[in-house]
Amino acid sequence: MAGNLMKPLTGLAKHASAAASLQAVTTRSVSLTAANIPMARYGGRHTVTMMPGDGIGPEMMSYVKEVYKHAGAPVDFETVTLDPSTDNYDDLYNAIASVKRNGCGIKGNIETKMNRPDIKSRNVEMRNELDLFVNLIHCKSQPGIKTRHEDIDIVVMRQNTEGEYAMLEHESVDGVVESLKIITEASTERLCRHAFEWARANGRKRVTLVHKANIMKITDGLFMQVAKRVSADYPELEHNNMIIDNCCMQLVSNPWQFDVMILTNLYGTIVTNLICGLIGGPGVISGANIGPRYAVFEPGTRNTGTSLVGMNKANPCAMLNASADLLNHLKLDYHADLVRDAVFKTVNVDKVHTEDLGGQATSIDVVQNVLNHIKQATK
Amino acid sequence: LVHKANIMKITDGLFMQVAKRVSKDYPELEHNNMIIDNCCMQLVSNPWQFDVMILTNLYGTIVTNLICGLIGGPGVISGANIGPRYALFEPGTRNTGTALVGMNKANPCAMLNASADLLSHLKLDYHAGLIRDSVDKTVNVDKIHTEDLGGQATSIDVVQNVLNHIKAAAK
Repeated sequence: MAGNLMKPLTGLAKHASAAASLQAVTTRSVSLTAANIPMARYGGRHTVTMMPGDGIGPEMMSYVKEVYKHAGAPVDFETVTLDPSTDNYDDLYNAIASVKRNGCGIKGNIETKMNRPDIKSRNVEMRNELDLFVNLIHCKSQPGIKTRHEDIDIVVMRQNTEGEYAMLEHESVDGVVESLKIITEASTERLCRHAFEWARANGRKRVTLVHKANIMKITDGLFMQVAKRVSADYPELEHNNMIIDNCCMQLVSNPWQFDVMILTNLYGTIVTNLICGLIGGPGVISGANIGPRYAVFEPGTRNTGTSLVGMNKANPCAMLNASADLLNHLKLDYHADLVRDAVFKTVNVDKVHTEDLGGQATSIDVVQNVLNHIKQATK
Repeated sequence: LVHKANIMKITDGLFMQVAKRVSKDYPELEHNNMIIDNCCMQLVSNPWQFDVMILTNLYGTIVTNLICGLIGGPGVISGANIGPRYALFEPGTRNTGTALVGMNKANPCAMLNASADLLSHLKLDYHAGLIRDSVDKTVNVDKIHTEDLGGQATSIDVVQNVLNHIKAAAK
């Protein structure tokens, strides 16, 4: 009984320590630059952690390696496998130590077994340990994919370490379960600062905060207030807020009103998946998990794709775009552009579409097309 | 059943387990579950795979608004709040519509459909049928659309059309 009482308290203590780290974060530039992150770079070659994860992850990672080889990117991968079926977390902490050592990583999704409530989600644990407080997903319509809405360009800034994913649940009374949603001022502030700084640096006009403060008056109310306070420092950027249910309705009827969006963890995943559905599926968009010291790149909608394993049908573009984001992060912009342009041409000009985009191509067809473009460009 | 049990393992896990247990009593009905974020993505790309959905309070409001957005706006759909003893009827997406007060522009169909639901609840099926058919004809046959549906009609136009149908049917 006492053990049950202690568990939520230690969880809360973890979030309280984020307040202490806020001091360190606000005194340095929130946008990561090469000077801020520890880079494992010897002889001009970077070492990056690669975590293939489950499902289609390993296949996708082999494509990333192939593409990097052809693009001549000076990156070596330190591959760390994570086994979700084991009960101990040694492999998880190995992976985290590796990312801390290398400064950044690229990962596939690690499956979370749903039937064991005592097993932590490895994805969540990794994000929390590495303090990757913002998940940045740039959802951009692809001209080569036919959808009902065109020209959508929304950047989602999703809180990545707390909110509804605090994993603090307990059964107080038989048949009555409580789940704690944690919002801290410190984490919200740095999320909002990152969002507004990014919006300013990238010429964006409007930052929308999504909430349910009419019901969760204190939790989402705090989230909203902090954003309002931060927005005062950025007078050139328009700031508004919207309730999550109205937001979803607006997204399906008039998505062009949104520019940059700030959301809590759960709303973020809902809205990201919604927008990816509108622009043609999760196969193309990549996402970045960013913290004050580390960054991990992955496909935007974090799918494990278990039903597509070994069928050569999964869309590799999301992982390849994530690898391009990684190259930008390492300041290898020439190589990043090589990869990103090749993927863009494959999807939108040559229209080599896998099944999720309504086409017949195999994963290997797509990768081959990307490699051809890279070879062309590097001749 | 829509959930986020990979993250909220105990809370949504319980939600999911109970539904599984209950579904066993209804073998003729197919039962499956889906994570909320994937569900939203599926709703915008392939909504026809869904039939009846069970959701928690928050996911429910999100999905309701999403689907109403897909089918043309919150102006038409009605919702029922049902309990063991009482029932309360209202427009499906619970909007206050403060921006439209006094402008004669708001779509009255949602509230009229809710009133038809109320009549069905009171077992006044003849009257419920009268109203529901009139609203249906107004929106779908005569296409008297207010601004939210892309038309130019006023609220009073819509109501007048509904009243005309009722008069014609009740003659």
